Amino acid sequence: MAFVALDGVGKTFRGRTGAWEAVRDFSLELAEGEFFCLLGTSGCGKTTVLNMLAGFEAPTAGRILLDGRPVRGPGADRGVVFQGHDSLYDWLTARDNIAFGLRLRGEGRAARRATADRFLQMVGLTGQGSKHPSELSGGMKQRIQIARALANDPRILLMDEPFGALDAMTRAVLQGELSSIWTKAGKTVLFITHDIEEAVALGTRVGVMKRGPGGTLKAVVPVDLPFPRDRTSDAFMATFRQVHALIHAEIHPHG
Amino acid sequence: MGSRGATIAGYVLGFALLFLIWHLAALFVVRSVLFPSPIPVFERALVLIEDGLLQEAVFASMRRILQGFLLGSAIGIPAGLAIGSFRPVRLLLEPWTEFFRFIPAVAMITVAVIWFGIGEESKIFLIAYTTVFVVIIATAAGVGAVGKDKIRAAQCLGASRLQIFALVALPATVPYILTGMRLAMANAFVTIVAAELVASNDGLGKMLWDARLFMQVEDIFVALISLGLLGFATDRVFRLGIRAFAGRFNPTM
Repeated sequence: MAFVALDGVGKTFRGRTGAWEAVRDFSLELAEGEFFCLLGTSGCGKTTVLNMLAGFEAPTAGRILLDGRPVRGPGADRGVVFQGHDSLYDWLTARDNIAFGLRLRGEGRAARRATADRFLQMVGLTGQGSKHPSELSGGMKQRIQIARALANDPRILLMDEPFGALDAMTRAVLQGELSSIWTKAGKTVLFITHDIEEAVALGTRVGVMKRGPGGTLKAVVPVDLPFPRDRTSDAFMATFRQVHALIHAEIHPHG
Repeated sequence: MGSRGATIAGYVLGFALLFLIWHLAALFVVRSVLFPSPIPVFERALVLIEDGLLQEAVFASMRRILQGFLLGSAIGIPAGLAIGSFRPVRLLLEPWTEFFRFIPAVAMITVAVIWFGIGEESKIFLIAYTTVFVVIIATAAGVGAVGKDKIRAAQCLGASRLQIFALVALPATVPYILTGMRLAMANAFVTIVAAELVASNDGLGKMLWDARLFMQVEDIFVALISLGLLGFATDRVFRLGIRAFAGRFNPTM
């Protein structure tokens, strides 16, 4: 039995202007511990897939299973890192943001502080724990989000274009750090992105989606390269070209 | 603290300029006993302060404002939270707020006096009335404006509905509540004068009304300037309070 199974999942939004089919017949199985990058053009429905797995939205077709049990609503077993940093709590310090999940479970001050400091160190923000989000840069805020999700010890980490709003340099640094955190923490990750290089650099597998509406999984490319990855190696380039060709066909369907 | 010094210098210069223009206007433009220059007005203010009359009026008005304002906020904040959080409550109570906010407190003076007499109760009722709807609307809007991702993040950290309300929605709404209270405070100043004009034994509104009866033009101006300064000072104190206690809730405030 797969750790995570999406089986013929579809999502149609109904509004006043009519129905919009965001995702159609999407099937995918994730193994425990893998880093799966879901790649697609904008509007292909990749974020909708993540939202359904997170439990924010219910599928209108098919079913989603985690450890064989159907997903019903959000839960602490699935940690989410959001694209923007609006999900951080402005009125709490970085440390209290990271320990928020522990506070919800009623853990004591000392335990919260110790855990928060451990994860601050993991994301390279030792000594920044007393700052509020407004005092931190965009890259630091995304590190706090990652630390907050990991500190809650979820079974799977769902990341929705977490580095999409960052500059290229910061993004490259955070990609490297995420890779090493994943190697150490051993979490299963579903990572949504539209950046081919990012997907090939991070993923153990890269899933390419057809363009929307009614986006679905077009192909899955295994990336069997060792970490840390050398982006200039021939093997990396070859995988990049393979994924690029798949995406290119979606951007220029008649070209 | 250079910027704070500049702010204070700006305030002082701004007020000085205002009084200078007033003085020049009284001297050269509107030469009339009905428009005194600031100098006799300040002289009159000193006399009123020496006699203790100005302090008495200011204290009476401010006490009513604070009592009514606190009562109105104490009702408005929970009501606004309930309206913003629960759809049935909103559907039920929104007609109330949308209905009553178009009946100004000034129009309610008549019923207030009939119900509560000309004592303290009618003033406090009116101030509370003018406060409560502004605070309700601002608070409910604040609850509605809590970022979707903030709530989703709490959900996938394992938060219950109650925890989301107490630990996410409530703190995220604080800046809106404080802004609503600030607006309500300005309304309270408008309302207190009207209420005291019509029916009162003391306060700045009563002072204005008596001065009109006895053609004491300087007294009218003393009361007007007192209102302006009190409102200005109260608003500054409010803003400082917001910065000191809640600045971290919203750095742009």
